[in-house]
Amino acid sequence: MNMLQVSVWRGAASGGYRAYDVPREESQSVLDVVTYIQRSIDPTLAYRFACRVGMCGACAMTVNGVARWTCRTHVAKVAKGNAIQIAPLANLPVVKDLVTDMREFFDKWARARGQFAPRSTRKDDFARVASGSPERVAANAGIECIGCAVCYASCDVVSWNPDYLGPAALNRAWTLVNDVRDGARGERLAAVAGDAGCHACHTHLSCSERCPKNITPTASIAGLKRAVALAAWKGEL
Amino acid sequence: MSGAGQGYAARPVAVSGTSAKTETWLWIAQRASAALLALCVLVHLVTIIYAVRHGLSGAAILERTQGNAAGLAFYSLFVLAIAVHAPIGLRTLCQEWLGWRTASLNWCITVLALALFVFGLRAGWAVFAGPA
Repeated sequence: MNMLQVSVWRGAASGGYRAYDVPREESQSVLDVVTYIQRSIDPTLAYRFACRVGMCGACAMTVNGVARWTCRTHVAKVAKGNAIQIAPLANLPVVKDLVTDMREFFDKWARARGQFAPRSTRKDDFARVASGSPERVAANAGIECIGCAVCYASCDVVSWNPDYLGPAALNRAWTLVNDVRDGARGERLAAVAGDAGCHACHTHLSCSERCPKNITPTASIAGLKRAVALAAWKGEL
Repeated sequence: MSGAGQGYAARPVAVSGTSAKTETWLWIAQRASAALLALCVLVHLVTIIYAVRHGLSGAAILERTQGNAAGLAFYSLFVLAIAVHAPIGLRTLCQEWLGWRTASLNWCITVLALALFVFGLRAGWAVFAGPA
């Protein structure tokens, strides 16, 4: 049987790689490999997944040095020869093995004012938003984020400045800045300005390169830079 | 590949104590000075290439620059753009690469900006006014 040599991170911040031999299958995903190891070789392996179809964003890991969603990453696409190395996401504390602590990642969504703040109440009529309006088009471009943290793990600025809100949180803020039903634009722009916010982005584009949903957080962050600069210019910041 | 969880560090101390508003203005200043520098560097390079290709000596160059108010105005603007642009960029580098995030960074960067401005203007003036 054709075997795959899999090297998996075991431990927390300190630990090491352990080698496993996994039978190679057709159309095998990286998540299939991890699941095989846990169910057939070593039940103590910790990892996280839920939907298995690229919707939930739970199964992101570092595969051969690159952050990826493992449920939709084929082994055939990423294996080097017959070898594959699987580690937890970078830029996040490791809880155990392949499981990272996502609290800081999602706390930053809140810090970037990622909550929708409605302008109207349930007593008001439905908002009518033209689907082709520039604001709606800009919001649509970033709205499909599944919160997998692949962008966050791939971001150099996060690794240099742990306070940096990161691509996903800023992308979320940008979709809300463009939501005409939202009433917290001013507070949100103030929340995403500055050294820990959009102005820290170096436009390295790693987030956009690796986003499994093909979102371009870099463009969202550039939009925030323009919006914040304009607000500062008008004395609204 | 190095260890797992790499890149995650404990939360740093407060970032230089500057407000988001100030940071935004620093960003605007850096972008605006970059636009100015793009033009200034181009003019400066063309001038150098002209001088070299025409075999101008130091004395011949000084003869052209002395008393040239337009030249002085141009280089003063150039110096201003440098004094704004370089320190802001260096400040970011110090924060991100050295983890220097205390108020002392802002002071050092301000001193650097002033030094660049003063010494730059002094050089521009020397070329304009000629030997004392």
